[in-house]
Amino acid sequence: MPKPEPVPAKAGASVEVKLPVQLREGYHVNSNMPPDPYLIPLKLSWDAGPFTAFEIVYPKPILLKLGFFPTPVPVFTGKFELTTRFKVAASVPPGLVNLPGKLRYQACNDRMCLPPKTIDLTLPVSVSR
Amino acid sequence: MPAQTLSLHSVRRWTLFAAAFALMVSCTVPFRDDDARVKNEKERKPTPDFSLKDSTGSLVKLSDFKGKVVLLNFWATWCGPCKIEIPWFTDFQKTYKDREFAVIGVAMDEDGWDSVKPYIEQHKMNYRIVVGDDKISQLFGSVDSLPTTLMIDREGRIASMHIGLVAKNTYQKEIEQLLEAPKDAPKTGAVPAPGSQFAFVRPN
Repeated sequence: MPKPEPVPAKAGASVEVKLPVQLREGYHVNSNMPPDPYLIPLKLSWDAGPFTAFEIVYPKPILLKLGFFPTPVPVFTGKFELTTRFKVAASVPPGLVNLPGKLRYQACNDRMCLPPKTIDLTLPVSVSR
Repeated sequence: MPAQTLSLHSVRRWTLFAAAFALMVSCTVPFRDDDARVKNEKERKPTPDFSLKDSTGSLVKLSDFKGKVVLLNFWATWCGPCKIEIPWFTDFQKTYKDREFAVIGVAMDEDGWDSVKPYIEQHKMNYRIVVGDDKISQLFGSVDSLPTTLMIDREGRIASMHIGLVAKNTYQKEIEQLLEAPKDAPKTGAVPAPGSQFAFVRPN
């Protein structure tokens, strides 16, 4: 599996990173704001450090009519992107920084669900002055 | 990669192969199974036994249900298709409880009773619920997809297994079929546990 290329960023500036996600056909994950408190939302998070994720933007969900809920349920399917906007601390020295994060999701199709999973992410960032 | 001048909001696309890969490979293709398919007695295998406490703290020992037909349902509070089945199982428990039948739910929620107890109350679930874990999952061949439902005959053998949501009348047909089977049916498919006439097997 090829490693992702480092994202260039300037110390003291902001940087936006898009994370593409692809689901197998027929499956969906809950949106970041599911209507039922028992449903597990899609959640992207980044560890605290010299990069502050000040905004995470989820795509507009599609509304899926599912038999277990009275109103259409917002979900993500197919290919979509999750956007994170980071503020890079001015004190970060130039060089490569690996930024750890997590993506939590829970996938279903119309007949069954798979257990929730949390996968570890590593975002390589090349910091310059 | 070409050099790029950074502005205040430098937009970069970062291909996260790991995430995409994980989401794709974890999805198994479901099989559609809407027909009742109780196995022939000779093909039925003994059900693994377990002992777990229910929401009231009472022990639920699967082998204690010998002589009853048991619908064993693996589910979770976050599972939408499971939520569709719960009223059916509540109905079955009510309808067949006087005919030596029982529903047992095994909740696979990671946070256990914190989610499961309020869910049981909200959904007025009238059957025994226990909280499962990886060990229980492995006993039953690594239960991964939910719902997964087993129909267990009076002898403690697995008569059918359904992965994913199936029609209510599929379960109903199977329950009826198993309840109508003669109680003293020959145990040709069963492997009694040592010193017992019971087919449940205990782990380890």
